[in-house]
Amino acid sequence: MSTITGAQALIKALEYEGVEIVFGVPGGAILPAYDPILDSPIRHILARHEQGAGHMAEGYAWATGRVGVAMVTSGPAATNMVTPLADALVDSVPMVAITGQVPTHAVGNDAFQEAYTTGITMGATKHNYFVTDVREIPDVIHEAFHIAATGRPGPVLVDLPKDILNAELVWHRPAQLNLPGYKPTVDAHPRPIKEAIKLIEASKRPVLYVGGGIIKACAHEELLRFAEATQIPVVTTLMGRGAIPDAHPLALGMPGMHGNYTAVTAMQKSDLLVSIGVRFDDRVTGDPNTFAPHAKVIHADVDPAEIGKVRVAEVPIVGDARRVLQQLLEKWDHESTPDRTEWLDTLRGWQRDFPLHYDQQPDGPIKPQYVIEELNRLAGPDTIVVSGVGQHQMWASQYWKFTEPRKWINSGGLGTMGFAVPAAVGAKAGKPDELVYAIDGDGCFQMTPQELITASVEGIPVKVAILNNGAHGMVKQWQNLFYGGRLSAVDLGRDVPNYVKLAEAMGCVGLRAETPDEVGPTIEKSLSIDDRPVVVEFVTDTDEMVFPMVPAGGSNDDIILSREDLP
Amino acid sequence: MSQHTLSVLVENKPSVLARVSSLLARRGFNIHSMAVGPTADEGLSRMTIVVDAPEMEQVKKQLHKLINVVRITELDPDDSLEREIMLVRIAATPGKRGEILEIGTIFKATAIDVGPTSIAFTVSGEPRKINDFVELVRPFGIVELVKSGRIAMARDLKSRKLKAIG
Repeated sequence: MSTITGAQALIKALEYEGVEIVFGVPGGAILPAYDPILDSPIRHILARHEQGAGHMAEGYAWATGRVGVAMVTSGPAATNMVTPLADALVDSVPMVAITGQVPTHAVGNDAFQEAYTTGITMGATKHNYFVTDVREIPDVIHEAFHIAATGRPGPVLVDLPKDILNAELVWHRPAQLNLPGYKPTVDAHPRPIKEAIKLIEASKRPVLYVGGGIIKACAHEELLRFAEATQIPVVTTLMGRGAIPDAHPLALGMPGMHGNYTAVTAMQKSDLLVSIGVRFDDRVTGDPNTFAPHAKVIHADVDPAEIGKVRVAEVPIVGDARRVLQQLLEKWDHESTPDRTEWLDTLRGWQRDFPLHYDQQPDGPIKPQYVIEELNRLAGPDTIVVSGVGQHQMWASQYWKFTEPRKWINSGGLGTMGFAVPAAVGAKAGKPDELVYAIDGDGCFQMTPQELITASVEGIPVKVAILNNGAHGMVKQWQNLFYGGRLSAVDLGRDVPNYVKLAEAMGCVGLRAETPDEVGPTIEKSLSIDDRPVVVEFVTDTDEMVFPMVPAGGSNDDIILSREDLP
Repeated sequence: MSQHTLSVLVENKPSVLARVSSLLARRGFNIHSMAVGPTADEGLSRMTIVVDAPEMEQVKKQLHKLINVVRITELDPDDSLEREIMLVRIAATPGKRGEILEIGTIFKATAIDVGPTSIAFTVSGEPRKINDFVELVRPFGIVELVKSGRIAMARDLKSRKLKAIG
């Protein structure tokens, strides 16, 4: 019987899983795998840094809903992959990372470019594999994709020693999965579904608190039907933006530390949180002891460990968000919708009295919020928006009007600065016909700009808006609010680097807007270019702060609406 | 903080012990003892883990997230059998030997090595019995002490009923 190498089996196994694109960087230990990929229909995108390859795989997964794949070598390449893995783990992004490893006889000997990859990534992956027998490759790759994509999605790493990649095997189609300890619950138990319906019927001030689980489970249609049938208003967390269109009358927008007044206060005053695909993150709850103090909690999640972790749930439901909503809809057999006029009127009153606001003076500095509103208006609702971490991320989430899921990509849980550029490249690679616009800060941009070279060379025309306030803006905001204005290590300078020249040096078009009246025309110009990546620098007000704000660990009742409200 | 005993059935695969201990450390749970060994099924191993934690729900749920963990049972001390083995060397001048051997007899401890200045015992049994023995011999001076860590299993339902009747 004819044999193939482990490396050939790896590529064949990736093809078997339907992989279209691998983001990667080659190197010594992974060399054998880079030969058969030449003969494969799989496209390889050569990132400039392994962290970039990892975030590209994440961006691809966010945008397409498919498993993102990154392939890098051993040692420093594998350690550079740790951040994307940790990011994907906390944000439940389905991803498979393939790492080369030194030959098995050298493992444990501190060989050149050796790192204990499976040990280092144990706490940063959903699961990982160290392959010691070439015949395992087809099954291990199949298991890795299965684990990454099912249950609560997440990253899986497969570490492949070089001699295993060079060894020979007789190819076999992956055998049936043998995972006795892994059986995610999809369908919810009928009993808590019934109990949930009872609580919803009795509730006067319910709030649907939904997050990334809705997006991951493709449950947005069921969510809309359920919200309309029950007339329950919906808050969407940072991870769940786009789960319901922001223009919908029941949509309240984002809750949490920088959530809007109505979303935050609706939860505080609620008597029932119908929580689906959320994890009661500290950025949502503030001080958990004062969070939604009057509310009973229904908590549905595919990961049972999230239920009861932060907040006791009166009704715990383990199941896939889409199935849970379908099951709730089946049991909600009311002919007419409940009358929630009083509650909804209260919420509308708050929306009217406490809207998000900023003040763009025609001759003043550019307000970052204005850039986002103009981008939203000119680029349109179909744009895939990718952000980094910090003030720009909060403004993007607050001011962009999302209309559908998978149009918003960001680093939520881990808060990885430098995420936006590579994630945008990955998203655009997966969705080449869609407009992908990253909204980045200058601090974030400086962490991973080299991936724009990847974008130029590979023909992936992403667009990147840099809100350049010359500072680590969020840190500066905290120093201003909580450290008496003693600014420490936050000044990045306005003029270095010259972003237009930097963009041009990387094969992109560089544009710059310095005054409010230049914002619209510059965005329009960026939209007219589609053969190359475009970087647009907006010189924004360096003193602008993100409001509303609930100080870390504080009570959501003490929400600060604007600078004028500061104590 | 109270101690809880978990009996964890895991796939017999490399690094499983590291995964379990690293997860408990990562989630801030302190391991009091951990004993691992093969089961009658060669594909599976059994871990008996004694954890210091205020409540076990999170510990169990987090452990369940490990792909190689097959089943977790929390053992109620009243309804389970717990055993431990200890090797202990006690300082014993010739004049004290008799007294120490006498205590050993009461606890069914077996003297396995006698030297000019010490006696070594092996004791097995319920953890409390072993701890009692340690406290009684502590005044003589403990030279060295090794414990196997606790192993445990649930009682048979039938024996539990008999106990209730008896």
